[in-house]
Amino acid sequence: MISVHLILFLAFGAVCVAGAVNLLVQRHPINSALSLIAVMAALAGEYLLLGAEFVAAVQVIVYAGAIMVLFVFVIMLLNAGVEEQTQGSRVALWFGVPGMLLGSLLVAWVVLRHSGTESVAAGALPGDPIVIGQLLFHEFLLPFEITSILILIAIMGAVVLASKPATSAPAEAEKGSD
Amino acid sequence: MVPLSYYLVLSGILFACGVTGFLIKRNIITIFMSIELMLNGVNLSFVAFAAHWHVLAGQVFVFFVMVVAAAEAAVGLAIIISVYRTRETLNVDQVNLLKL
Repeated sequence: MISVHLILFLAFGAVCVAGAVNLLVQRHPINSALSLIAVMAALAGEYLLLGAEFVAAVQVIVYAGAIMVLFVFVIMLLNAGVEEQTQGSRVALWFGVPGMLLGSLLVAWVVLRHSGTESVAAGALPGDPIVIGQLLFHEFLLPFEITSILILIAIMGAVVLASKPATSAPAEAEKGSD
Repeated sequence: MVPLSYYLVLSGILFACGVTGFLIKRNIITIFMSIELMLNGVNLSFVAFAAHWHVLAGQVFVFFVMVVAAAEAAVGLAIIISVYRTRETLNVDQVNLLKL
């Protein structure tokens, strides 16, 4: 019996896989970025099917919103064009692709063979912000605080790396004169 | 009712697409996007396992993975801008200063 849940899973999964393959096929980075946004939006749908509403919302806001905007911004800032194609190695074509297909089929067979009757029900567990927040601020308080330090370091690193190298210009000239 | 293994297979497909993009792409920004795709594939299996085992810690891990991905994207894109400023290219084949 095909349930609505399964149909939705397959629909979102198809969008995910199509977007991921499109990311590989497209030559221009902006097209790859847009297909990655489609993958992330479809993944948010999968999270909703799994009952993780908070994660789905954060996925759309942080991933599809903030991070991908950063990507698109950098692509447009650097005026990235169509990438040059290089000649792929013949060994990779003859052995890598069949080997990868064989390996992935093997893994899929092993995983699907044991699927049995175990199943994930819609809304199996509460994924609302209240429960997540209680977990985050009680059991995971130390990792949460450590991530704030990580974010701070990342901000400083991004500012240092992306700013004009005004102080390193004399060092460059010195190195060139050597 | 969708079996857990379906989610795992989808997660594996996304991760494999990310690895393939990382290996075959020559544009440094696209390579970076492939890494994000890999992280998304892993996130999906985290949420699927959380729903399957009824342990909410999996969703909190996804939250942390997103935080790390955001920090990584900020620093990585700053590095890309810095590379472009010094090398005038986004092609990873031409960024070969450390190559023998």
